[in-house]
Amino acid sequence: MEISINVDGSTHTADVEPRTLLVHHLREHVGLTGVNVGCDTSNCGACTVHLDGQSVKSCTVLAVQADGREVTTIHGMATDEADESTWHPLQTAFHEQHGLQCGYCTPGMIMAAADLLKDNPDPTEEEIRDGLEGNLCRCTGYVNIVRAVQQASGQAVDNPTAEEVSA
Amino acid sequence: MTAIDNATAPNVGRSRLRKEDARLVTGRTNFTDDIRLPGMLHMAVVRSPMAHAKVTNVDLSGALDMPGVVAAFSGADLADDAGAVPCVWPVTEDMVEPEHKALAIDEVAHVGDGVAVVLATSRALAVDAAERVHVDYDPLPAVVDMKSAIADGAQLAHTSLDTNVSYEWPLVTGDPEEVFGNADIVIEREFINQRLVPSAMEPRSVVASPMGVSDEFTLWSSTQIPHIVRVLMAMTVGISEAKLRVIAPDVGGGFGSKLQFYSEEVLAVVVAQRLGRPVKWTPGRSEDIQSTHHGRDQVQRISLAMDADGRFRGLKVDLLADMGAYLQIITPGTPLLGAFMYSGIYKLDCYDFRCRGVFTNKTPTDAYRGAGRPEATYAIERIVDEAAHELGMDPMELRQRNWIRHDEFPYDMIAGLTYDSGNYEAATARAMELFDYEGRRAEQRERRDGDDAKQLGIGISTFTEMCGLAPSRVLGSLRYAAGGWEHAQIRILPTGKAEVITGTSPHGQGHVTAWSQIASDALGIPFEDIEVRHGDTSVAPRGLDTYGSRSLVVGGYAVHEASLKVVEKARRIAAHLLEADENDLEFTGGVFHVAGAPEQSKSMQEIAWATFSPHDAPDGMEPSLDSDAAIDPENFSYPHGTHLALVEVDTETGRVELLDYVSVDDVGKVVNPQIVEGQVHGGLAQGIAQALYEGAVYDDAGNLNTGSFVDYYVPGAPDLPTFRTDRTETPATTNPMGVKGVGEAGAIASTPAIMNAVIDALRPMGVNEVLMPASPRNVWTAMQQARQAGSADDHDVQEADGRAADAADDGGGAANAGEAQHAGGHAGSTEGGDA
Repeated sequence: MEISINVDGSTHTADVEPRTLLVHHLREHVGLTGVNVGCDTSNCGACTVHLDGQSVKSCTVLAVQADGREVTTIHGMATDEADESTWHPLQTAFHEQHGLQCGYCTPGMIMAAADLLKDNPDPTEEEIRDGLEGNLCRCTGYVNIVRAVQQASGQAVDNPTAEEVSA
Repeated sequence: MTAIDNATAPNVGRSRLRKEDARLVTGRTNFTDDIRLPGMLHMAVVRSPMAHAKVTNVDLSGALDMPGVVAAFSGADLADDAGAVPCVWPVTEDMVEPEHKALAIDEVAHVGDGVAVVLATSRALAVDAAERVHVDYDPLPAVVDMKSAIADGAQLAHTSLDTNVSYEWPLVTGDPEEVFGNADIVIEREFINQRLVPSAMEPRSVVASPMGVSDEFTLWSSTQIPHIVRVLMAMTVGISEAKLRVIAPDVGGGFGSKLQFYSEEVLAVVVAQRLGRPVKWTPGRSEDIQSTHHGRDQVQRISLAMDADGRFRGLKVDLLADMGAYLQIITPGTPLLGAFMYSGIYKLDCYDFRCRGVFTNKTPTDAYRGAGRPEATYAIERIVDEAAHELGMDPMELRQRNWIRHDEFPYDMIAGLTYDSGNYEAATARAMELFDYEGRRAEQRERRDGDDAKQLGIGISTFTEMCGLAPSRVLGSLRYAAGGWEHAQIRILPTGKAEVITGTSPHGQGHVTAWSQIASDALGIPFEDIEVRHGDTSVAPRGLDTYGSRSLVVGGYAVHEASLKVVEKARRIAAHLLEADENDLEFTGGVFHVAGAPEQSKSMQEIAWATFSPHDAPDGMEPSLDSDAAIDPENFSYPHGTHLALVEVDTETGRVELLDYVSVDDVGKVVNPQIVEGQVHGGLAQGIAQALYEGAVYDDAGNLNTGSFVDYYVPGAPDLPTFRTDRTETPATTNPMGVKGVGEAGAIASTPAIMNAVIDALRPMGVNEVLMPASPRNVWTAMQQARQAGSADDHDVQEADGRAADAADDGGGAANAGEAQHAGGHAGSTEGGDA
């Protein structure tokens, strides 16, 4: 089937098998590396992207279901990935709060957090934890991910080991 | 937060933000499955659906007829090229070891054992075609439970062996017979350390290319150990080590599960060689759970002898360690890393340890975050709580009575190690203050007195661990095939920037940042001007990789030493250029000054250029500042800490809620506090997950019931609290940096803290053991059994004649509640948490 999807602002047209999952399409045909696969069962959330502005696990969506729609991945979050000053506030916050270690869950975690903050711009810790329930991280124990989301939402963050650099 | 003047502060000790993050937060990553090469084929592995069976026929024709399929091979087809997958730790001279081929040929020994591979032009086509491979199996009885496996007349996990016991490994010091014979009190318990699935978020992945970027054969693998994979691959498939390049690109977590030499790495190399084309294998999560080694899975019988006043005298440990179906790289040695840790932080007069490695028809076990040490720490910290209960003493007071005092270091432990340093008093005092220990005990008493349905429990873990694997001599004495050194090289570039080449292979730990901090301070070259290279045997040719909390203690130490050698070479050049005596030069902030004449100076950058263009070099000096260091430590390092947990247990439903967790760790000097805290957080999450949520469950036929993340419960953000962490700092004396290692601390300490808390909450009901994970079902079962066993607080102190006094009470002949619950159905009762 021929499909046409707007991915991070560019239109990609491709002929795909009807069974192709959106995540596989984004990885194998569009060539993105920032959409990861961590499970077979929609538990881990490493493949989370936005479909028409709503966060979805791209392993639960067929590529053909995304035909004619807009997909935003981690690659669409910064205007210039190489320039930190253009990063999305969540990307900056994950970096500054040490909200990532191996980085495998990070793109999905950031996409899920962005959707959470869109719905609830000033979440409590409990709301952040509940809102990220569908995204697993094996490295961080989630404490610094919660702090990163707090920082990105403009809240004061209690992080005893972060340092404030006066340049 | 700490305010820092960026320009002048030293780097070590600061929370420098990670250099690794820019690519990772923007998705510009290079995980193995991201690699796509021209002409690359995708490999699917056909796996046994049976735990134990004879393979009578493998018919590949159905697969070969499928579109896009290029080749398919059975185990017999590859037998000549793919050697046996090796175990490098034959722990005893007479260790029994089954043959372990990359693909099984005549007999499969666990669900997921590979029998054939299919190569196709896409992954989907390869997976489809693998379904068309027809394998005939002749079922054999499956050995699943270790106690059944060692019973007389047991079925065998391998028909080629005449026993299920791989080895028996003893360690006896002091006079256990005398001590236990005359002890006032002996307490005996059985603990079950359940099987766990390591669950790194990135499943394993392998790409093998006969072409590579030069005429080397290149293997990319999601591995913690590219250097060890290189040498083992050379020895296994006969490829020249000099012609093999192994690359660990971005690696999405390991936790020990990627400290392995895997069949699929061998298969990808052998098949790529045969076909002359690149080959990729990436499993789905369920295939990964079946084929990646598991962790823990031990039955621990432990006895503690003590005086009537609670002074510990002796310890006996009889361990059954489930090897699974095969001996992987360090499967048999993993439980023995615990042999030296059962004594924990306590002074003892004797020790009697025995471990039997047992084969079952399950996925092999091997290192998982802590590797032997979490199991040991669990058993000793649990039985100390049982002892305190028997003595009617506060469990912290009993620990204080028995631990090594700060003024007693260095201390020769009963298990043979010498602990160089520690301050258990300081870490404990800080933890109790943060936690408000006395206040929480008062709250607990109120709930108990009020007969509240929700009871509070307080759990303690005062742990230590041996880190920094390892002194090569010690490893050799334990029959481990390799050494424990680590290597670093500093290359000074003409512009005065530096490259740090490290033999460690990070996969989330932040070595690029931390090694930059170490090298920056030692070299006086700005943090930003240092690049760290790792994980590629052509770029970082020497190393022994990352595991066992060794990277900083051995590898970071090597970076430090190599940097100092650079400075000494630079000093000689500076002295020559300044026409001064080397001994008159001072080195601060990256600049050599003549003492007393600070205007006469040469910066490291000036010296770098003068070395690159050695128009005026000292006579006889090589034109290079580059330096190497290989470090082989003389002792392990011994991080320690005090962890305190507060749980609430609903006595009507068995549900456990973790209300507060305080950890105070002493990991010696700290290079980057934020990274250290992150390591502690992650370790805590995994250790708490063992206590509350996770457990791999097999049915009696050897099927893995927890074969996906639907059934195997890796906790999410709502399942864990915000941990409260702090540190004390007692520098290690075994290395000049005073560092100890932190990767495994949280995972080692937290499991017993949580379980001690759960049981503490239920003590008034007579509960003295709850199986892990402490799911509502397991907690509820423990409460029911305690109720049935009669009144609370039955004495379970074992009399000196060696007979368990509580045997009849607690579990119909079982020596304690744990054994009774275990006997009550290992499959059902170790079900994953459903909180």
